[in-house]
Amino acid sequence: MLVYLIRRLLYVVPIALAVSVVCFSLVHIAPGDPLVSILPPDASQALVEQMKKSYGFDRPIPVQFAIWLGKIAQGDLGTSIATSRPVLQEITKAVGNTLMLAFAATLIGFTLGCFFGFVAGYFRDTLVDRIAVTVSILGVSVPHYWLGMVLVICFSVLLPWRPPTGAGPGSSAAWVWDWEHVKYLILPAVTMSVIPMGIVTRTVRALVGDILSQEFVDALRAKGLTDWGVFQHVVKNAAPTALAVMGLQLGYLLGGSILIETVFSWPGTGFLLNAAIFQRDLPLLQGTILVLAMFFVVLNLLVDTVQTAIDPRIRRG
Amino acid sequence: MTAIALPALPPTRGYWSAVGRRLLQDKVTVACGIVLLAIILAAIFAPYLGLADPYRGSIIRRLRPIGTPGYLLGTDEQGRDMLARLVYGGRLSLFIGLLPVFNAFVIGTLLGVTAGFVGGRLNAAIMRTIDVFYAFPSVLLAIAISGALGAGVLNSVVSLTIVFVPPIARVAESVTTQVRNLDFVDAARASGAGPITIIRVHILNNVLGPIFVYATSLISVSMILAAGLSFLGLGTKPPEPEWGLMLNTLRTAIYVQPWIAALPGTMIFIVSICFNLMSDGLRSAMDVRR
Repeated sequence: MLVYLIRRLLYVVPIALAVSVVCFSLVHIAPGDPLVSILPPDASQALVEQMKKSYGFDRPIPVQFAIWLGKIAQGDLGTSIATSRPVLQEITKAVGNTLMLAFAATLIGFTLGCFFGFVAGYFRDTLVDRIAVTVSILGVSVPHYWLGMVLVICFSVLLPWRPPTGAGPGSSAAWVWDWEHVKYLILPAVTMSVIPMGIVTRTVRALVGDILSQEFVDALRAKGLTDWGVFQHVVKNAAPTALAVMGLQLGYLLGGSILIETVFSWPGTGFLLNAAIFQRDLPLLQGTILVLAMFFVVLNLLVDTVQTAIDPRIRRG
Repeated sequence: MTAIALPALPPTRGYWSAVGRRLLQDKVTVACGIVLLAIILAAIFAPYLGLADPYRGSIIRRLRPIGTPGYLLGTDEQGRDMLARLVYGGRLSLFIGLLPVFNAFVIGTLLGVTAGFVGGRLNAAIMRTIDVFYAFPSVLLAIAISGALGAGVLNSVVSLTIVFVPPIARVAESVTTQVRNLDFVDAARASGAGPITIIRVHILNNVLGPIFVYATSLISVSMILAAGLSFLGLGTKPPEPEWGLMLNTLRTAIYVQPWIAALPGTMIFIVSICFNLMSDGLRSAMDVRR
């Protein structure tokens, strides 16, 4: 286990480095000069040179990368071109909101997905199974940004309360866990949860079906174990894979929240990305992508570790 | 040498005709195929369907409800005919949804089969590079590349292609590695077949099917993501009809004509679900173990 953990940790280093190379090159695949959005169109050549120098764009690219990486190691993600505030400061504000949304969505999606998956796996080829399968296909096929709009429409047309957008009354104020604030979280979280719900349903259904068809289940039944006892064995066998899928889904939601956040004006990282893209604020874009990708890398590591720890069948060390 | 007269064999039905027969027996797949075909044909032949001009709006007939005489599906926020815009919108939406998967199928297969067949260092080089892209959630990667390149149809196709190459290459590599180690490949090599012949005859014929099925399962995601990029303003520009962009520009109208505002998304949903179901149908039809 320890050997496996160390090997897995060592494997993260080149991946993290490569991820930072990709993030760094984002600025350089961008067409035009990265300074074009802050310089006036009639800027003198001297001013352009001076700005390039102050942002470090006059050095060779490998040197720029090394300097950039060194700064990141010290927690300096650069300065936002649009707001002139440190990128890290902008991101920390937003990341909390996105994490909260993604966690809520994963929780809803995983709970419902497990429920549908177990029911469908247990009652294969019945009406319940067909309903669960349909729900899961709908979940993975729905354009979730459209579903968000439809939910808003449903609540505003069929019900008299116009669902609010943003993150709580007075959007920028600190989040509190009370009904006033949670009200704002419900719709975006439900909208976001359909994809993990569909995928978890699919996975758990297949897992349960597989497990139930194995011989040890017959042995357990022959031994005189009750249905509840057998169920516990099924849960134990399905848990590692289901949890791993959930972990990955959380990562996808963290990275993919931009569309939902745009629909519901949720002030998270997606909102930040949107602003960065349309103001051509490349340092902010680069920093946000880097932070989200690093979250994903760490999450992958966690998922692998937890899976190895709780599943004695995996001996990868 | 005397020619040996072979006994006349009954005409064998090939694998693909068996697959086709099984597909036609699958009601869900056939239904989805008909729906998709109708949408695709309507998009291709849109100018000949006698529809209104999808670009011509009018201030006085904005946001007419569904069922208004002359405007079957109402009008949008600029008074343009929704039916015409939905049909014409299919052209760009289907194009930017399908093209990335096609590109990725070609590039990913090329990379994966090469890596799987050659093995060794080249395999490690290709597959480790691909691992890097797995460190990004797919939506984030698409938005990162699209965002850096700037808005545009071509840019969104490029970014989605980059998103879909790694998974296809991984599948291609794993099936190629499996096939390469089978006995008939050794037999072919022993009988003097060169690497090109082996790849063309023995490898590709066996791996293209599974890779293709996997690629079709990505179409639905690609449609949703492509329209999503347009929705964010990273795809095409107004007044071009495109489902994702239409959904975005109609957002302001959700309290006036909610059902019209939801229409473009419904099209994305229908297309995406049909592709998903067809891909499932194709997968089980090609499964010889059944």
